[in-house]
Amino acid sequence: MSEKINLRIDNIAVSVTEGTTILDAAKKINIRIPTLCYHEDLCVAGNCRVCMVEQVGSDRLLPSCAMPVAEGMEILTNSLKVRNARKKIIELLVSEHRAECTTCYKNGKCELQELSSEYIVGEDGFIDLIPFKDYTIDLFSPSIIKDDSKCIRCQRCIRTCAELQSVSALTVSHKGDQMKVTSFFEKPMYEVVCTNCGQCVNRCPTGALTERTYIDHVWAAINDDRKHVVVQTAPAVRIALGEALGMPPGEIVTGKMVAALRRLGFDSVLDTNFTADLTIIEEGNELLQRLKKVLVDKDESVKLPMTTSCSPGWVKFIEHVFPEFLEHVSTAKSPQQMFGALAKTFYAERIDADPAEMVSVSVMPCTAKKFEADRPEMRSSGYKDVDYVLTTRELALMIKQAGIDFTSLPDDDYDSIMGVSSGAAVIFGATGGVMEAALRTAYEVVTGREVPFENLNIEPVRGMDNVREATIKIENPLPDWAFLDGVELKTCVAHGLSNAKKVMEAVRAGAADYHFIEIMACPGGCLGGGGQPIPTSPEIREKRSEAIYLEDELKVIRKSHENPEIVMIYEKFLKEPLGHKSHELLHTHYKGRSRY
Amino acid sequence: MSEVKQMVKELANQYGRSNESLLPILQGIVTKELHISEEAMIEVARELDMSAAQVYGTATFYSFLDTRPTGKYVIRVCKTITCMMHGKNQIIRELENLLKIRLGETTHDGVFTLLETNCLGQCHKGPAMLINELPFTELTPEKVRKIIIEYRNREISAN
Repeated sequence: MSEKINLRIDNIAVSVTEGTTILDAAKKINIRIPTLCYHEDLCVAGNCRVCMVEQVGSDRLLPSCAMPVAEGMEILTNSLKVRNARKKIIELLVSEHRAECTTCYKNGKCELQELSSEYIVGEDGFIDLIPFKDYTIDLFSPSIIKDDSKCIRCQRCIRTCAELQSVSALTVSHKGDQMKVTSFFEKPMYEVVCTNCGQCVNRCPTGALTERTYIDHVWAAINDDRKHVVVQTAPAVRIALGEALGMPPGEIVTGKMVAALRRLGFDSVLDTNFTADLTIIEEGNELLQRLKKVLVDKDESVKLPMTTSCSPGWVKFIEHVFPEFLEHVSTAKSPQQMFGALAKTFYAERIDADPAEMVSVSVMPCTAKKFEADRPEMRSSGYKDVDYVLTTRELALMIKQAGIDFTSLPDDDYDSIMGVSSGAAVIFGATGGVMEAALRTAYEVVTGREVPFENLNIEPVRGMDNVREATIKIENPLPDWAFLDGVELKTCVAHGLSNAKKVMEAVRAGAADYHFIEIMACPGGCLGGGGQPIPTSPEIREKRSEAIYLEDELKVIRKSHENPEIVMIYEKFLKEPLGHKSHELLHTHYKGRSRY
Repeated sequence: MSEVKQMVKELANQYGRSNESLLPILQGIVTKELHISEEAMIEVARELDMSAAQVYGTATFYSFLDTRPTGKYVIRVCKTITCMMHGKNQIIRELENLLKIRLGETTHDGVFTLLETNCLGQCHKGPAMLINELPFTELTPEKVRKIIIEYRNREISAN
């Protein structure tokens, strides 16, 4: 047990463990100290100085986010000295920030704006330095817009990219007043190693990093009578959308979301969960086929372990960093792209619509999905399979624009067909979910029995540990799968690209003998995606995760292969998993990209 | 293997491949090539298994690690207050006239680059400048003219 330290903050006694920062000690007694560069997910930087506090008896102010407590400390968080300093610091930050708030995409959602308003930063501040600065606005990426004129150099994005994702597409360059947050040789984000995961966007306290928005394109399509607009919603949107519309984290808002989408004027309100179930059938069968080719046919061209392919941030990461492992990635497209390919073929046929007049929109917890939809290979329907990708945040904004009172909406159901899904599809939104969903189906295909876990909940792959491993022994399989008798299926789950990197390095070094690896680019999986409501924290991700597993439990159908619409689409259209039609519409290929 | 790749590999063999090796490697490149090119930075990133952006960030932090091509002789005139009061502006004007370039530019024959720099620590002998690693102090326009003529002559006899 470490020692307890006693101190007083604003004359309130508090006792905390050694090593706690003043900021966290204050939080414990519900005193909020404002912060900007500080973020719960990241290491302490202490560079914005907004969180300065006074220590009685000392001349200098202390940065509370970086300063550990000491016995007998007396801290003042709201003395005149602190207030004056804090206001000056905010004014200095604003002086080098293009504070054109009314025309900024982050207007109303900007941490700097909030602080400026709280401290009444007026026109008697410092000289506006923006006219003297030469800054860049990078509009080239289909996912992320980077506007240096709004950057206050807090470096949350740099720490995110380095610590959580081990990508370091962003860095600090130059020094002093020339210092800026930039990429290699200040190239556009589109040309560097950026995976478009959007974790930086999720943490940027200002409008310097934002998603590229397609809201106006979607409104234009909705208001065009000739167009049939189809919308799909990713698993993780339904448990986070409420946060952006005034509800607490962890609320399941599936029914309200469907009702809102219909009110917005989408012609068909469908579910990415349907194609998540389809992904399980295709990817699960691909895994079994790979196992057969490796174990029985001894085919050396077939690679194991197989990794998942539904996270576009992960796919771009492996293309950049581990191009020699591309054949390990499942060829199954992500649920979003499977949906897009089916919407303009199968679904268009069913509703007798002209695919040329169809507009396919997706709502995703993700910014990398915008890039994925733009990939040239994602046009297997003969058209662009997914026309526009909106983030959870953008959908929330559209709902606000439309004047809909979200919280009072009655629950509504998805359209059919391509609207029905299983519990296995919902958990795609959490780290470990794809693995669990795949195991529920694959184990049953092989043995004819349900996975040997209570209530189908495969606990070892759940949770928020960085890397999780689970082994399932296959016993008494059906005759077709006799070669798997006694085989221990080794699986691994990782979330966040820095964890993914560690797993892949172990595979490369021959130190891991997995058969199947699930990787999600974002911490917590899609529920912590770069397109999700801001803010995010370990606590918020935990709440979203609870909601996802609750939604799974509440479903009547818990296994992808039992989804009646999935059974139907194979009977009527696809014929068989990994069949001719599947290869045409549901599978893809990857390309190596330069790491530097 | 390209020349740059070979050079970076040798430097990494000499200085190691940890994060601390980055600066000596970058200095080594500047000694050999006068500036650190995009290609060289990529090779450093590859050798040290770090992101190219991090190499760029470190290189741009240091004024003496040039990331743009420079002339054979880089003239850096001290721009700080003491040298300014000793007349560094006249020195720069003289250099601009002699070399027919502006501050920040390189002569068309690629021999001289004219830059300003932060304090050289020669405040008691200002105005001061460096030509590559050689300091010149207590400069006057006449003195600068002599120095440049000397460098020019050296170039002519070398060719």
